[in-house]
Amino acid sequence: MKILLVAEYRDGKLLGSVNELIAFAAKMGADSAMFVVGSEAALPAYAGKLYLADASACGEFNPDVHKQLLLDVVAKEQPEMIAFSHSSYGWDLAPRLAFALKAAQVSEVVEVEDGVLVVPACNAKLRRTVASKTGLTVVTLQAGAFGLTEAPSGSPTVEKVGVAGGGRLEFGGYEAAEAGGVDLTKAEIIVSAGRGIGKPENVEMIAALAKALKGEYGASRPVVDSGWVEHKRQVGTTGQTVTPKLYLACGISGAIQHLAGMKKSEFIIAVNTDKDAPIGDVADVLVVADLKQFVPLLTEKIKAL
Amino acid sequence: MKILVCIKQVPDMESKFKVAASGKWYDTADLAWRMNEYDEYAVEQAVQVKEQVGDADLTVLCIGGERVKETMKKALAMGCDRGVHVADDKAAEKEPFEIAGIIAEFARDKQFDLIFTGMQSQDRGSAQVGVLTAEMLGIPSISTIVQFAYADGRIETRRELEGGVKSIVKAAAPALVTCQLGLNTPRYPTLPNIMKAKKKELLSLPVADLLKVDARQETGKMYFPVKKGGGLVLEGEIGQLVDQLIQILKEKTGVLA
Repeated sequence: MKILLVAEYRDGKLLGSVNELIAFAAKMGADSAMFVVGSEAALPAYAGKLYLADASACGEFNPDVHKQLLLDVVAKEQPEMIAFSHSSYGWDLAPRLAFALKAAQVSEVVEVEDGVLVVPACNAKLRRTVASKTGLTVVTLQAGAFGLTEAPSGSPTVEKVGVAGGGRLEFGGYEAAEAGGVDLTKAEIIVSAGRGIGKPENVEMIAALAKALKGEYGASRPVVDSGWVEHKRQVGTTGQTVTPKLYLACGISGAIQHLAGMKKSEFIIAVNTDKDAPIGDVADVLVVADLKQFVPLLTEKIKAL
Repeated sequence: MKILVCIKQVPDMESKFKVAASGKWYDTADLAWRMNEYDEYAVEQAVQVKEQVGDADLTVLCIGGERVKETMKKALAMGCDRGVHVADDKAAEKEPFEIAGIIAEFARDKQFDLIFTGMQSQDRGSAQVGVLTAEMLGIPSISTIVQFAYADGRIETRRELEGGVKSIVKAAAPALVTCQLGLNTPRYPTLPNIMKAKKKELLSLPVADLLKVDARQETGKMYFPVKKGGGLVLEGEIGQLVDQLIQILKEKTGVLA
């Protein structure tokens, strides 16, 4: 089997997820080739063939053009599978390519069991095995699901590729995350609020516990989207990735995007009424309780110590 | 101006799920149903565009059994003008390519200027249907938007990337966008609008009229992942739980030192 791996550049930098693509090919026991729209200045450590399109000419984000470049490479390489990261780049481009190639697309592959693709369902509460019915299959890989045990080595054999043409979308550049304010990545203790806090007034009790523990408070995406907590405090894929000594998750069910941002914390405590919540998978301690009763009492007793 | 918004009805994700007898999907009995969260943002944005341009007709489309009409009524009460219910008791078994095929078949000759979808569903989560629909219709699509503006036949959006970064992407209508959480603040339907929604057109079409493509993938089995945590689970009376946790904090972490 041959897999075409599609790596990503952002703002001139090769994204580290390239190693997850390489790990996936290894897990599948497949040969691979790689495609990327990027730059010769930052090549991946990869001992294989790399088709490189110049980002300054093709644009880092230009799905029509990237799709055409990929179609040319697919025609040359004839892979049985094409693998993207399940990222803002991958989930955008993969369906376009799958459609053009009349291929099935299997999204957010989280593991491979005896060669069968496994994907999550219902907020990661369930899993599903999927079989493609087409000869060529496009897959996107969940962030962090596949990893290499040792650092990759080698240099790619580069073949430059290009394509004429514009594209229907106009890319107007990037907007950086807001600067200033709290920096959760430097906090040693973080108490985070999830949807389970129920109402904005309850952010106060999370902040009070964080203060009693001399830490900072954070939040999961739904709490930030509701406007209860500022975006700077959001933990997860689209917010901050944190590694504190203690992470205390209150009323957070544990969507994969949140787990990706905090699962490397040294010690994780979760307070949740649902014993089966996915946060339990990464927690060292899961307290099955209503946070609205538990958190104020914990704060009070810690203050009294 | 013609606008289409596509929505899905999904279970409340806090539900206790069970695997169905078929072994291929979750059991749909005893679940609370609601509008897919991402689609609430899609409906809100579509209604805002309608309010902005004034002269617009906004259709909401949903595929599923009789049950999904309740969710469609919410979209109508939020401000959609008419509903198209694609009647399909087996919608849950259909994969994204089939769902997109149904929507594209419906939309093909209707000249929608803008199509809104959620970026993914909360249950299947493929993040494919919106983009695939646009490819089938031959119109541009922008996925994962967290800001949207429309003026003079052009749209300007912000896509959400990883790590808090956004990108600016523009396109000319007709176009499709897939909506990410946080795009706007979905409105709660008011009582007068709920009453008005009852009188709005809700057309049912049999799925057989619109399904012209074959499935490209199939589910083997659905199951609960094996708990890998192995972490300690504490249950019981609140006061005792607090004392137990303080003891753990003292022994296992340095934070109370």
